[in-house]
Amino acid sequence: MIVEPTPAIHVDGLTKCFGTVRAVDGVSFSVGRGRVLGLLGGNGAGKTTTIGMLMGLILPDAGTVTILGRDMPGERAHLLEAMNFESPYVDMPHRLTVRQNLTVFGRLYRVADLAERIARLAADFELEPFLDRRSGQLSAGQKTRVALAKALLNEPRVLLLDEPTASLDPDTADWVRTRLEDFRTRADATILLASHNMPEVERLCDDVVILAGGRVEDRGAPAELVRRYGRETLEEVFLDVARRRRAPAAEPQEEAESP
Amino acid sequence: MTPRPLADSTAAGFSVVRIGAMVLRYWYLLSNSWPRAVELVYWPAVQLLTWGFVQLWVAQNSTFFANAAGLFIGGLLLWDVLLRSQQGFAFAFLEEIWSRNLGNLLMSPLRPSEFIVSLMVISIIRLAIGVTPVTFLAIPMFGYNIWGLGLPLAAFFANLVMTGWAIGLVIIGILLRQGMGAEALAWSLMFLMMPLACVYYPVSMLPWILQPVAWALPPTWVFEGMRAIVIDHTFRADLLGIAFAMNVVWLGGGVVVFYRLLAGARRAGTLLQQGE
Repeated sequence: MIVEPTPAIHVDGLTKCFGTVRAVDGVSFSVGRGRVLGLLGGNGAGKTTTIGMLMGLILPDAGTVTILGRDMPGERAHLLEAMNFESPYVDMPHRLTVRQNLTVFGRLYRVADLAERIARLAADFELEPFLDRRSGQLSAGQKTRVALAKALLNEPRVLLLDEPTASLDPDTADWVRTRLEDFRTRADATILLASHNMPEVERLCDDVVILAGGRVEDRGAPAELVRRYGRETLEEVFLDVARRRRAPAAEPQEEAESP
Repeated sequence: MTPRPLADSTAAGFSVVRIGAMVLRYWYLLSNSWPRAVELVYWPAVQLLTWGFVQLWVAQNSTFFANAAGLFIGGLLLWDVLLRSQQGFAFAFLEEIWSRNLGNLLMSPLRPSEFIVSLMVISIIRLAIGVTPVTFLAIPMFGYNIWGLGLPLAAFFANLVMTGWAIGLVIIGILLRQGMGAEALAWSLMFLMMPLACVYYPVSMLPWILQPVAWALPPTWVFEGMRAIVIDHTFRADLLGIAFAMNVVWLGGGVVVFYRLLAGARRAGTLLQQGE
């Protein structure tokens, strides 16, 4: 496997304890530029804590995070201008219209030609019919589209997605995945996707890292994992790992590094 | 699509544009929600009417108060400057938690220092909207014109706002560290200062054991200064100078406490847990 010398995301020995609980325990992985990595794991596996450390919101007890060749959280302020984030667990102010919210975030990210950028995203994400409607009046699907538009406002080089299609109907979820694929192809962006939706991960991700109990339990390309576990789908692999039902047919790779 | 180049780490980190974005965000909120704007004026107006009538009644029955018109209303208006500057600062922050927007902001390039400055600007805007109309209402209603204090009013105002910001910084630091369980502090902490800062009476009225505590509070010096003008018709620059020096220390302390609590929140992982 060809290893890019400066991956977009490089995590080495990341450890975080909350009291006596080791939420993240020596996690290491790399994501090559322009690649999509799926971060899988059950509830309490350490995904959110890992993402928190990738965003510099949680300080690790040990280990390092390097993004675009720079130290996180040491150079957090500069890195965040080239990153963005989307999650159904955060929201945008309900009383502001979609256009007002995008304007505020566009200015926070110091987006050049902001009005033009908003118009472009509104067209791409079909926001025009409700661009001047209050965000609190939108449906779940519309809110997700607005949140994704916000996440792409600054054309991020690294995009972190935390369950981007949670609570969406299958049609809207498919629509969102298509837009993410378009963005990835067009912008050559690096995406880290935390998700419980295995078909979504199989479709979008080049590689996956499976966390359990704060540790990396396994890693590899989705198809490779399915083959190695002798299963039909990634969901079955996930269940095997989560329930420790079966050892993999082969030893896991040293590190999930993407070309 | 060409990826944006990464900012130079040596480039200036402080962005007026981002501060402007946060002020714009709050302006949108106020302009989209008239009840919020009305609420800003409501409580100062209710307080003014209550204390204004008390003062009228007392003045009719006391030569001292008749000769010191505005003692209560002046105290009330300046107290509102102190209270509203703290609440404006803390509530603007709470708005982000209530709307579940804090995560978006914390993961944006907005620096803590820019966030703080934007909260300061927003608190001034809230203060202007809430207290200014009430000061004009006091003129026809009770014949008291606080603007007649002239230049000292600016000094009173600046000192009280600085104290409000210092306390607001500690409150939002605690909110980041402890979560919404500390929300009540944003509403109530300043009221602890009310009896000790001697808003409506001189420090000499306090028991001797509380007087050193009162003098340790910057607003006490401001309210004493106000009474010097209203009762003795004397501007005491020394009192305001002491208040300002103390406020510089308080504000600096507030900033230090905020950053320590923020660092503690990063260590404890509470920035991602802003629920109850």
